[in-house]
Amino acid sequence: MTVTMPFAKALNAGMRAAMAADDHVLLMGEDIGKLGGVFRVTEGLQAEFGERRVLDTPLAESGIVGTAIGLAMAGFRPVVEIQFDGFVFPAFDQITSQLAKITNRHEGAIRMPVVIRIPYGGHIGAVEHHQESPEAYFAHTPGLRVVSPSTPNDAYWMIQDAISSPDPIIFLEPKAKYWMKGEVDTAERALPLHASRVVRRGTDITLVGHGAMVTTLLQAAALAESEGTSCEVVDLRSLSPVDFGPILDSVRRTGRMVYAQEAPQFASVGSEVAATVMEKAFFALESPVLRVSGFDVPFPPAKLEGQYLPDADRILEAVDRALAY
Amino acid sequence: MTPPDDPALVRVLAADGTFAPTPEAERYLPLIDALTDADLETFYRDMVMVRAFDRQATNLQRQGQLALWPPSHGQEAAQVGSVRAARAQDHLFPSYREHVVCTVRGVDPVDIIRLMRGLTHGGWDPTDPKNGNTHLYTLVLGSQTLHATGYGMGMVLDGRCGTGDPERDAAVMVYYGDGSSSQGDVHEAMVFAASYNTPEVFFLQNNHWAISVPVSTQAKVPLYRRAEGYGIPSVRVDGNDVLASYAVSRLALDDARAGEGPRAIEALTYRMGAHTTSDDPTKYRTGDEEQSWARRDPIDRMRAYLQSRGAASTFFDEVDAAAAAYADDIRVRTNALGDIPVETMFGYVYSEEHPRVDEQRQWFAEYEASFEEGTA
Repeated sequence: MTVTMPFAKALNAGMRAAMAADDHVLLMGEDIGKLGGVFRVTEGLQAEFGERRVLDTPLAESGIVGTAIGLAMAGFRPVVEIQFDGFVFPAFDQITSQLAKITNRHEGAIRMPVVIRIPYGGHIGAVEHHQESPEAYFAHTPGLRVVSPSTPNDAYWMIQDAISSPDPIIFLEPKAKYWMKGEVDTAERALPLHASRVVRRGTDITLVGHGAMVTTLLQAAALAESEGTSCEVVDLRSLSPVDFGPILDSVRRTGRMVYAQEAPQFASVGSEVAATVMEKAFFALESPVLRVSGFDVPFPPAKLEGQYLPDADRILEAVDRALAY
Repeated sequence: MTPPDDPALVRVLAADGTFAPTPEAERYLPLIDALTDADLETFYRDMVMVRAFDRQATNLQRQGQLALWPPSHGQEAAQVGSVRAARAQDHLFPSYREHVVCTVRGVDPVDIIRLMRGLTHGGWDPTDPKNGNTHLYTLVLGSQTLHATGYGMGMVLDGRCGTGDPERDAAVMVYYGDGSSSQGDVHEAMVFAASYNTPEVFFLQNNHWAISVPVSTQAKVPLYRRAEGYGIPSVRVDGNDVLASYAVSRLALDDARAGEGPRAIEALTYRMGAHTTSDDPTKYRTGDEEQSWARRDPIDRMRAYLQSRGAASTFFDEVDAAAAAYADDIRVRTNALGDIPVETMFGYVYSEEHPRVDEQRQWFAEYEASFEEGTA
């Protein structure tokens, strides 16, 4: 069955389905119960499942993640909401030194089926700490899986697959897309959690990105088409592990690639994808793999976010450079 | 330093082993009266056995058999008293100096040694019944207090406490120290514990030194009083008095299991040895201070008390012989520990297949094999 709904509602529906299927799934976070979360992603779930399944926690991110670890040890499957990207860092120690390593430390005797949902990225004109893209910290950490849906259908299925995973998952929600509507097939998932996906076919160059940037890549591809350039677009979906198959397959056909991301460029997910493509598809490349990223500066005040964030023009500038090489 | 006449202190045995309860100890005396001679002998035996283990492990480190050892010498009474107050269904979350707690619950001392020898980051399986629901050591200070609190939240949600059935109701007890008490995680754990009314005992061993930093730098109020600020009833006990440590832990655990919420205990004790075998306490504390605490030794105190009750000298001889045999066995088994296969490092990073780790495991196996072929 296909239903049209906004991204945030698709996440909500996915969590509702997961909670209905397994009563050990519980939600934890700041303002997620009565308020339904500052983005209303959990709206109605406390009313439906009760205060023992949807916990309005104290305002302490390390405390939320640390107690989620204990709850997972006790057999629960906590789904944690961090209110904004920049507020995850008080929990960084519990995520990287504990959550990511507990299965390894216990040699498999204890699993950590914990999902940490983080609204991330810019485009909403908010104040400091509310528009960041911290994915590289988590993708760099062994033991974590990191995913980011870019469509309502992926939001609906990927949150359910993340909740059913036995490993900890950093679930990055492109907050700019919360209100974007799309079709959701509630009967059947299209792809496994960690698969990348070609979202537009093309022959001249491969554009790869994740999260909100996938929309921008598609805009760029549409503009390029009007100028006679055929762009293939790949949605990474999973940032760790990365499903390189569709990317390498595409680059072997197009010979060129641009990666687009909101995060600062240095030591980023795009850098890792670029390096791997260079290693594994070197002889297919007609030009260097290029990256279009946020600048290596703190996310600027909101009045400058339009200049900081990659847009279709910045992507097309890189496409032109790659084609002219 | 704590004045010996601290009116808030719960103490039953004076430093010389005489039975001399402080006023604060009066309410605990029925719990102590209920202890049998066999119980008292068990407390003493536990302390002697684990001190022998601790001394053996310290020696093994000096002989190059271990990378590191954090000695528990001096803290035996706080640990034995608290762990003997726990029931089988309780879950214990240690820091990394709780060798007494772990071994009393059934953890093999050689499993702790494997951690300190560099063979594992864990050592035992907390879900294996033989380990008495004892969770792994946590080396980041205070992290485990949140894990314990989360576990306690799970007990509340699962109805594993507060049913009125003492055979079934469970609690968690989490161990940390005066150094950890400054960590934000400890404070957040108390906030969550109070909010969710967890069946939990926060057991703080104040051994007076966080490596080289004295407790006076950590706190301007007695540490046990911090818990009150979170709405958690707390008590300060002479942690070198095994009877007092047992009694306060017993009552706190009983309250927690009964669903009355979290409790906190500050056990005043002293780390007689170094922080770890890499530490040099002569750089930051005086021999006089160490001697003053040696006179309050928990084992000597209990031995004097047992002697005053008429324990036979053969009992003490038998315990000493058992401890020596225990330590010998640990040495023999430590020296017999083999290496771990190199592929171990690729194991259990994830629960399910992971292309990056799998690829690197395979690459490394082939890389290693390439040398074998070269020499063949």
